[in-house]
Amino acid sequence: MTDVRRATERIDGCAVSVQRAGQGEPLLFLHGARGALHWLSFMDALARRFEVIVPEHPGFGRSETPDWLDTVGDLAYFYLDFIAALGLEKVNLVGTSLGGWIAAELAVRDRSALRTLTLAAAAGIHVKGVPKGDLFLWSPEQTARNLFVDQRFAEAMLSRALPEEEQDLMMKNALMTAKLAWQPRLYNPHLAKWLHRIRTPTLILWGDGDRLIPPAYGSAFRDLIPGARLEILRECGHLPQLEKPEEFVAAVEGFIAEARS
Amino acid sequence: MRFFCFHLMPYADLDLSYTEKHNSAWVTLPNSYYDPRKGHLLYNRYLDELELAAELGFDGVCVNEHHSNAYGLMPIPGVMAGALARSVKTAKIAVLGRALPLLNNPLTVAEEFAMLDNITGGRLIAGFVRGIGAEYHAWGANPADSHDRFHEAHDLIVRGWTETGPFPFEGKHYHFNYVNVWPRPYQQPHPPIWIPSQGSRETIEWAAAPEHKYTYLQTFSPATALARYMAMYREEAERRGYTASPMQLGWAVPTYVAETDAIAHREAKPHIENFFNKFARMPPEMLLPPGYLSLQSMKGVMKAKGTLTGGQQTIDDLMAKGMFICGSAETVRQRFEEFQKQIGFGYLLTCMQFGTLPHDLTRKNLELFAGKVMPALRPLAEG
Repeated sequence: MTDVRRATERIDGCAVSVQRAGQGEPLLFLHGARGALHWLSFMDALARRFEVIVPEHPGFGRSETPDWLDTVGDLAYFYLDFIAALGLEKVNLVGTSLGGWIAAELAVRDRSALRTLTLAAAAGIHVKGVPKGDLFLWSPEQTARNLFVDQRFAEAMLSRALPEEEQDLMMKNALMTAKLAWQPRLYNPHLAKWLHRIRTPTLILWGDGDRLIPPAYGSAFRDLIPGARLEILRECGHLPQLEKPEEFVAAVEGFIAEARS
Repeated sequence: MRFFCFHLMPYADLDLSYTEKHNSAWVTLPNSYYDPRKGHLLYNRYLDELELAAELGFDGVCVNEHHSNAYGLMPIPGVMAGALARSVKTAKIAVLGRALPLLNNPLTVAEEFAMLDNITGGRLIAGFVRGIGAEYHAWGANPADSHDRFHEAHDLIVRGWTETGPFPFEGKHYHFNYVNVWPRPYQQPHPPIWIPSQGSRETIEWAAAPEHKYTYLQTFSPATALARYMAMYREEAERRGYTASPMQLGWAVPTYVAETDAIAHREAKPHIENFFNKFARMPPEMLLPPGYLSLQSMKGVMKAKGTLTGGQQTIDDLMAKGMFICGSAETVRQRFEEFQKQIGFGYLLTCMQFGTLPHDLTRKNLELFAGKVMPALRPLAEG
């Protein structure tokens, strides 16, 4: 197990909890709606080659909820300040789901600090006629079952009894997810118009069995971001970093290595 | 004590076997379950029932707002209030309420209520609510902004009623260059404002604040919760330097009166159980979307298990908890007298039709309550 350092950074008046491990080029991981309370095995695997930086977004988990936080665009500007405050350069930005939305909004605004961009099962756009799953109306059981193709992961999620502190933080994450993504549901109607501004090498990763944000969204992102590459992970749901961690890590590492050469 | 007849106007012809295929009568229940020919009859029947209540001596009649459901067919309650504005000659008409955070433009409510107040010559009571959680799913309004939008919409409406327009309103959610409400309300400075709620400290503190002194209505809650929240209101008033009048407190509760306790129990049983188990049925995710309650309140509710989402309720559970008052006129009078003396509310809002209760029983209920219960209770909480 890698040595994981947990610290609190105060940026834009907001104390954010940040986990870091590994050495090398920075890889900034932006988590999805369920937060990033724990250091997970895919982070560990990435930390063999990169300095992996995993903040909890303002409004999520152990980070503070600042008064200025209203939209995903606010988080995009926040992470531009975060990158500057930490002095990061040549950042490999990886975002999943809600974190992918933040990453795309960031890259549209200013890509100067980015080396690569990876969007996995990213929210942020809407494809007409392709409904997303209703994560706010799903029961806990439906949520677990719909997030994974391999139902053993769902059963593990459902059988895990969370300590009270973690339940509270999950409730906080759900509240902030609603604030940011309830309406329009999981997207910004103005983002798709400007995705062409992203000239950073971009990898789009999607599970073929994603029932929250169907794979058609992966194709749409690929078509909207110049030169982007789409990789579909087989037998995989909305959380490839959990359900297919080896493939996820291999795809990200391979893409970054290729972009570097 | 003052008496208001509260109607939800449910789709009483609902095919109750819907529960075999759907988990709620809200949001996702297909509207193919609604037959407009039956709906036509129901709307007119329900308006007749409210008109009868007014003729029988109720001080007021109440309508309210819910969306995309079989529980209450008044998505636009102002339509019903408008229909009653001329047929109900002297009783008050309470719209309890409009769900302010669902609105893109709260000035529509300032206008609608002002129109009703003008037509009725000042008999309108203005209810403001946040709407229940299901509304946020049906309407796409963000539950995490619900409190904020409620307060801002309230401020905008009250300023629109009380300040000479045009004036600019510069809010976070609503911004207008020309707030200039025509017509102005008939009642000055504005119609009485009532705040129905299932209970939250934030709402109670806000309603009890000296600059508001709004009538707080506890709805569909066990009697223990009723007592606790009303005590909270009175304590808040004392803390803010005044004594709350009974007319700042109201209780909304389904009620059924028949010739004897046994007859009342037998006649009401299927209909009140349908009300709670079929019409009000919804999963917790629908009732309590994230952000609808503060994190602290949400934790409390999760621990207490929501009353609307619990398992099947029986008439006996409901009567024992004080969520349904049922019996002979004497029994019902005694129950309300005890509660009134303990809890001190001045308004009683009885829901005299619930679930599938048919018209003949609703009419009997209204007649017995108005004739044999109201007169004895009326002197309570007066003067």
